[in-house]
Amino acid sequence: MTVQAKSLALPKSKIMENLGRSWYKFSRNPMSIVGLCTVLLVVFLAVFAPLVAPYPRHAGKFVDFANASLPPCRRYLFGTDVMGRDILSRIFFGFRFSLTMGVVVLSLVVPPGVTLGLVAGYNQGTWIETVIMRITDIFLAVPPLVLALAICSVLTPNLFNAMIAVSLMWWPWYTRLVYGLASTLRNEFFVNSAEVLGASKFHIIFKEILPNCISPIFTKMSLDMAWVILLGASLSFVGLGVQPPKPGLGTMVAGGRNYLPEQWWIAVFPALAIVVVVLGFNLLGDGLRDMLAAEEV
Amino acid sequence: MSTSTLRQAQDSAGLSASAPPLLEIKDLHVHFDVYGGTLKVLDGVNFTVHSGEKVGLVGETGCGKTTTMKSILRILPMPPARIPDGEIYFKGQDVLKMGGEELRQVRSEGISMIFQDPTTALNPVFTVGQQLEAVVKYSIEGKKLSRKEIREQAIIPLKEVSMPDPERMLDSYPIQLSGGMRQRVCIAMALVASRELLIADEPGTSLDVTIQDQILRLLHQLVEEKNVSVVLITHTLGVVREMTDRVYVMYAGNMVEAAATEELFANPLHPYTHGLMAAVPRLTGGGVSDGIPGRIPDYLNPPPGCRFHPRCDQAMDICRQEKPAFYKLSENHEVACFLYGDGE
Amino acid sequence: MRFITFIARRVVHSIFVLLGLSIVIFIISRIMPGNPARMAVGPRAPQYVIDELSRQMHLDEPLHVQYYYWLRDALHGDLGMSLVTRRPVADDMKEFFPATLELTLFAGFIMAGGGIFIGILSARHKDKWIDNLLRIVSYLGVVTPSFIFAIFFLLLFGMALNWMPTMGRLSPGVSPPPTITGLITVDSLLSGNLTAFFDALWHLILPGIALAMGGLAQESRITRSTMSDNLTKDYIASARSLGIPEGVIMRKFLLKPSLIPTISILGLDFAGTMANAFLVEVIFNWPGSSRYGINTMLRKDLNAIAGVVLTMGVVFIVVNIVVDIVVGLLDPRIRLAPQRGE
Repeated sequence: MTVQAKSLALPKSKIMENLGRSWYKFSRNPMSIVGLCTVLLVVFLAVFAPLVAPYPRHAGKFVDFANASLPPCRRYLFGTDVMGRDILSRIFFGFRFSLTMGVVVLSLVVPPGVTLGLVAGYNQGTWIETVIMRITDIFLAVPPLVLALAICSVLTPNLFNAMIAVSLMWWPWYTRLVYGLASTLRNEFFVNSAEVLGASKFHIIFKEILPNCISPIFTKMSLDMAWVILLGASLSFVGLGVQPPKPGLGTMVAGGRNYLPEQWWIAVFPALAIVVVVLGFNLLGDGLRDMLAAEEV
Repeated sequence: MSTSTLRQAQDSAGLSASAPPLLEIKDLHVHFDVYGGTLKVLDGVNFTVHSGEKVGLVGETGCGKTTTMKSILRILPMPPARIPDGEIYFKGQDVLKMGGEELRQVRSEGISMIFQDPTTALNPVFTVGQQLEAVVKYSIEGKKLSRKEIREQAIIPLKEVSMPDPERMLDSYPIQLSGGMRQRVCIAMALVASRELLIADEPGTSLDVTIQDQILRLLHQLVEEKNVSVVLITHTLGVVREMTDRVYVMYAGNMVEAAATEELFANPLHPYTHGLMAAVPRLTGGGVSDGIPGRIPDYLNPPPGCRFHPRCDQAMDICRQEKPAFYKLSENHEVACFLYGDGE
Repeated sequence: MRFITFIARRVVHSIFVLLGLSIVIFIISRIMPGNPARMAVGPRAPQYVIDELSRQMHLDEPLHVQYYYWLRDALHGDLGMSLVTRRPVADDMKEFFPATLELTLFAGFIMAGGGIFIGILSARHKDKWIDNLLRIVSYLGVVTPSFIFAIFFLLLFGMALNWMPTMGRLSPGVSPPPTITGLITVDSLLSGNLTAFFDALWHLILPGIALAMGGLAQESRITRSTMSDNLTKDYIASARSLGIPEGVIMRKFLLKPSLIPTISILGLDFAGTMANAFLVEVIFNWPGSSRYGINTMLRKDLNAIAGVVLTMGVVFIVVNIVVDIVVGLLDPRIRLAPQRGE
């Protein structure tokens, strides 16, 4: 009996149809479009900050006491802080820190987290699984922010270490997610038949089980961008992330807190910026979830 | 047009003499709104059950059997589902036009349905007893009973379905029961109030064949004892032959043939029915057939005319253009096919 | 019987997790460059003091021996000395922790009760204006971090409108009740001091609600979506088909299975609340262990940090066990399903 290998390349028309269908599912909820646009805007502002910001030099060491603590006006759309720096421009640069945090942390976290989850899920009932999942449980036993704070506090406070800290406590979530998926899939027929056919463990884990987990992983990643950015902002707020005078969003909120309520704009606008970024990624993540969800007949 | 023919056919068939039918579905259309358009699942379904009859409903998966039955009880999920046309008469009243309390009474005392999958049909976080007692409580006699009496009433159907240790069963959760037991519980729930019409949706299909056999025998026995009318949905012809008086064959949202059981097996008329019969493997000679080529149509864009014509080896031009009506061929045999009659 | 086994397993599992956590914390606290003994007494202390202290702190011995001493002390309630307050960490925790506990419990009740209530309301009037409004609001609740709510509430209700107090747990001039549990509300009720009770409650409202917003939104969303998912389930259709009135179905047969995911999430949301308490406490100057924790973290007071994280871990684990028990009581599938290997 010969087995014919099927080509995986889809004809162009099918790809277009899949894209169209995906877009339809994504755009079902208008809020997803809002999320997409928001994220695109934030990314644009972050990448082109030096070009787009009205006062790019204000993002660094800059002092202009003559124009300090000005409320929002035409010259300074979001006002200035106590050092005379334009808040709007600083927010644009602040987006850079937020996005960097999100991208770096997820890049660090997803590959090992997913791999561990796959390995644990595949090797059910063995010591491998037990060890991996126990370690995961330990890290999940403490609320995320607390552990991140603790790790941060033993290191010098800066963005880099904040990313390390968040990465160190974020990976277990992916392990747990993938573990749940993999252990269910592990007993499906297609895995058993691959084993019987003599496929290597590597092949089974990465070419059979993993592709079936991609959707939930992807969805989680997009939602996680929001949370990681939030966590980063929280750390900065406390003083353990982006250090002043750098314009981290959380840092700015912390700095402005002391001037409430009179000079409210110093804290409020960065806070709103945080909300906008997090909201955008959340909406985008929800839309991606809708798009990747299996269709019900 | 076709419905009056059907009525005539039944009248002359003498199946019900002059008594009006217990259940009569007339020209029912059911559509589902989904991505990309509308699924026109039911396309003018006609279906009749007389008092005391056992009617079988046969068809492959996806042809709309369950949808039809769910429409009777109006338990279709109404956001995606719509009923643009048709009437369903139960004891002379249009169910589709009934108000809340009226409908509830029909469900409580008139018609009951045994779902296909007993595992999903039972609420997992309540005991069997709690669920049974709820059914008892809201039936017409139940309103006056005390808690203790309700519980006693709940045990009766459990005994009827031959449950070992009914008392303990009342306090068990569905998860603790085997598939066969769950199916019996579902049957018991359907038997609680004295009902006139029982709809059994592929009873036992999700179970072992031996258990399925038990369940079917149980059903058969109960139906004989209680003298209720039954609609038995199945895709197994053997079951139909044993347990029904009359059979409807359904394909892609239409009834294509209806006949007394013996008549149908002796003399299948519609090409689809032919195909179904031929597809049953025979133990002696013949081997396994090839089945009917093709697949059920896409309900988004169903074929024009007769929905079976793409798979029919006897399709004629008219089949591609017009939908055949139900033609009465004899007292107890109707078929919707241009092979046997053209026009009114 | 199975249920008790189930719970017992969870407890044992949790103990292992706690042990593991303690190891992680210990390692973190020893990773710091520099001599802990020197840091404890300051840069100007003479060398022999540092040597003596090092010996006492077992710093010259291998790491696992140090861990043993640390763990042994911790189990006896001795968490070492805080560099910042110069007191035993255990005493610090006793003083500050109840405030955090009170705040988080208060927020927890709001989260659970409010979340479920709003979720039910939303599901009942699905897709009507009230549902859409609540969905938007709860969405914002999920994405907005607690500390931003805290700042806004502070600004709006505290400063601009001046309705609510913005600092501390009691107004100056109100005498606190004797400390029995450390929770001012409970203590004042126990000692019959109603003024203190209402005053404390009043102070709890702003930070409590700010803290609860995230969890509240989360709970209401889950409740709503679970209810709307379950509405299409077969067992609901079956109940309808058997003539059970719609009202009974909604209140009883739909509600109970729908609450299960909500309550399962409660543990996780509570964890998030405990974490967010850190920032909210700072903003409202709430004298709790979180604020204490932040101060010590900024000053690298390792013993204090270890103490705070460990306490949080214990509370979190206990809450999770309680949640598991409640979910087990609600959902027979969990407590009665055969275990692996049976």
